[in-house]
Amino acid sequence: MSKLTLKTEGEKHVVVTRRFAAPPEAVYRAHTDPALVQKWMLGPEGWTMPVCQMDPRPGGKIRYEWSNAKGGGFYLTGECLVLDPPHRIVHVERMHLPDPTPDNHVESTFEPDGGGGTLMTMRMTLPDAETRRQMLSTGMEHGMEASYVRLENEILAARV
Amino acid sequence: MHNLDVAFSALSDPTRRAILARLALGEATVMELVKPFELTQPAISRHLKVLENAGLIVRRVEGTKHPCRLAEHGIAEIDRWLEMLRTALTRNYDRLDQVLAELKSEMKSDRGEETR
Repeated sequence: MSKLTLKTEGEKHVVVTRRFAAPPEAVYRAHTDPALVQKWMLGPEGWTMPVCQMDPRPGGKIRYEWSNAKGGGFYLTGECLVLDPPHRIVHVERMHLPDPTPDNHVESTFEPDGGGGTLMTMRMTLPDAETRRQMLSTGMEHGMEASYVRLENEILAARV
Repeated sequence: MHNLDVAFSALSDPTRRAILARLALGEATVMELVKPFELTQPAISRHLKVLENAGLIVRRVEGTKHPCRLAEHGIAEIDRWLEMLRTALTRNYDRLDQVLAELKSEMKSDRGEETR
């Protein structure tokens, strides 16, 4: 059984939830300390993250670069907007493929789950339905963006 | 890739998703879809055309009727794609679990030093 849920919401949102067996303080730190982010935000097998910059304060810059052994690579830039440790991070990000994609506004919250763990909810907001569609389909080619999203739909749910 | 693009484009419309959800329950004709969706027959037909071109539904001929049903192949392709996304994200968070486990033991030893 997967601990992960991913679904689209309305026209512009993608919502991901995941439980972690650690308190919000630790999960927050793993999302804001670049040395820690670099250990896990790698996407599919075979990719590395040679550059991982994250300045966790309002206006602070984010830059993540990924590459694979075949010489492929791309990067993401962003800015932190709100940091409310250890419960909430709001930032914007865009992929460079190499042209920048429209801004993805991301709100991550970390709530105690009542058993010593954390429930993370990551809610992405794209400018419009078309941008979301593009993000979801380019994600497949680039693997990485794919790490964050899944198009959940009534069809698949109805088939279960 | 092109097919998926077309498929996701077709899925970007809430009415078409609702039609697919209905077809997931079984075959339906245009007329049977007109009623619950409160749309005109031409409007439903246009949506069905988009879904058909995207490979998400197929139609068969039964006299004057053309019942639609989900195209297993098209849906399976999307299923696989979603599975890839899920796998990539799951990998990330499995690694994060490991990072958190390391943090935990680190924090424990920090606390240990403080109480000494």
